[in-house]
Amino acid sequence: MTVADMKPNQTGFIVRIDAGHGLSHRLETRGIRPGVAITKKSTQPLRGPVTIQVGGTELALGFGIARRIIVEVGG
Amino acid sequence: MKRVLLVGNPNVGKSVVFSRLTGARVIASNYPGSTVEFAKGRMKLDDSWGEVVDAPGTYSLEPTSRAEEVAVGMLADGDVVINVIDATNLERNLYLTLQLLKCGKPVVIALNMFDETGHKGIQIDVGKLEDLLGVPVVPTCALSGEGIKELMSRLQEAKANSLQHDNSTRWCLVGEIVQQVQRMGHHHHTPLEALADLSLRPWTGIPLSILVALACFETIRLIGEGLIGYLLDPLFESYWRPLVMKLSSLIGGGTHIHDLLIGNPVHGRIDFGQSMGLLTTGLYVPLAMVLPYVVAFYLVLSILEDVGYLPRLGVLMDTIMHRLGLHGLAVIPMLLGLGCNVPGALSTRVFETRRQRFVTATLMAICVPCMAQTAMVIGLLGKFGATGLMLVFGTLAILWLILAVIFRVTAVEESPEIFLEIPPYRIPSVRAVAQKLWLRTRQFIVEAVPYVLLGVLIVNLLHSLRVIQVFGHLASPILTTILGLPEEAISALLVGFLRKDVAVGMLAPMGLDKAQLVVASVVLASYFPCVATFAVLLREFGPKDMLKAAGVMVLVALIAGGLLNLIL
Repeated sequence: MTVADMKPNQTGFIVRIDAGHGLSHRLETRGIRPGVAITKKSTQPLRGPVTIQVGGTELALGFGIARRIIVEVGG
Repeated sequence: MKRVLLVGNPNVGKSVVFSRLTGARVIASNYPGSTVEFAKGRMKLDDSWGEVVDAPGTYSLEPTSRAEEVAVGMLADGDVVINVIDATNLERNLYLTLQLLKCGKPVVIALNMFDETGHKGIQIDVGKLEDLLGVPVVPTCALSGEGIKELMSRLQEAKANSLQHDNSTRWCLVGEIVQQVQRMGHHHHTPLEALADLSLRPWTGIPLSILVALACFETIRLIGEGLIGYLLDPLFESYWRPLVMKLSSLIGGGTHIHDLLIGNPVHGRIDFGQSMGLLTTGLYVPLAMVLPYVVAFYLVLSILEDVGYLPRLGVLMDTIMHRLGLHGLAVIPMLLGLGCNVPGALSTRVFETRRQRFVTATLMAICVPCMAQTAMVIGLLGKFGATGLMLVFGTLAILWLILAVIFRVTAVEESPEIFLEIPPYRIPSVRAVAQKLWLRTRQFIVEAVPYVLLGVLIVNLLHSLRVIQVFGHLASPILTTILGLPEEAISALLVGFLRKDVAVGMLAPMGLDKAQLVVASVVLASYFPCVATFAVLLREFGPKDMLKAAGVMVLVALIAGGLLNLIL
């Protein structure tokens, strides 16, 4: 499952990030890296950006970026 | 002189700390990237003066945007670093701290927004953090000034302490430190946080954004009209007019000096708006027609900025903006541009790619009229009712959309997606908003008024040297045939290079009808940026791209103006 597929208010753990060095690095500097908990806050219609929370940071990510973040949501 | 650098993540309050340290006032807002250039100031160190530099925010020392490049580039010249970190977001902020420590500069840490940790149920053991990092850590609340004295006094204790780690183990080290110094208590959802969530959900967020836009618009109109009608017009009429009239009879009409200072009477009396003298129109336009709207606009913008609404608006707009090849955050340059195009153009620096910056700045320069120009258009077209104004702004909005689509279609590369930190909502501090409003208003008075006076002076020169007649005749095929404007309108187009508000003001005595005023207003908004904006665009994008942008501008102005002339 990816962050794009998560429902609002759902929390999961990041398994891996399917992105090149540049994007991975930018995500990492904001604290988005494998192993950390991530909560989806909102989605916009028509594949618009999603907002997520990691630690004390709330971030808006484009839909394409959200699809590259693979998460595991506890049953 | 020792150089002190303020370094930290975006939106942690570096600019507020800077103001506190130096007494210098800089614009600070509640969104990441409000500082895109650096500011310098001086502060007293124990025995000498030091230079303090407020750098744009950065998340790491490997820059990912132009603004971050500026910050990282400045690091080499710093003697001491004050690393400002957000106490409510310790983990992410420490990532940069460890990188900073690794480069071996002496560091002091300002643990800013420390007052907010209490509300959020976060407890930080400051002593322990200091032990672990090996450099001074001072809790601060820059907004209220708490902790700033201690920060200053401990600056001399700054030292280098490279904690052994490399890029792959940095997060582990951060994690270990955070685990030892931070306790998270239970945290209740506050009403502000609930509102923050609602502003991002489409079903509530979009209606809310429309409501906010309407409220802003009405507030600006009310304050602007109120200041003009109840304060500035009466002041000019009852105090300034008698003085000017005395001066006028003292000098005697018909002389050159009278023309220059007082200007020509309209229907036998001095008309502040149309006489075109330095002491009449030269002062009345900037102070009584433009300033009230500038004040009103910046009051509203400052509140929006400090609340933290703009990034949320950026997210809501991104769905549409991204399809147009723009970034949701492009709303910020457009909104700033509505005040003045210069800060609007500068704010494009937060975007990652050059093309994004160029397209956003060009769209803003063409389609977003600054408040000075808008105020004059309102003054001129307002008497014909709202339809004239709607035609002008509607045309500019449609132009914006068409141009954005053209830029999108011609783009080679895929536009980068939004990647933006959303700050929490904060109740703006009255003091901070008042300070920011004063700063921007003063900037307008100091920078705009001399240019307006120069503009009026040039108008007089153009008239007495008969330049306008010559140019007007040369340009008449375009002016009269395509745009349907009289030959003398060339004077407004010439002066528009300098100040758009004066240019719009010059249309007043020409006796244009409503359709001609609409055409002239749209053309004046889009045909070329004013000299101040032009200088910034040239510096940011270089002569080649500026030439391209200028070509687009002239073409757009001619096509839009020509079509309007045909339709209306």
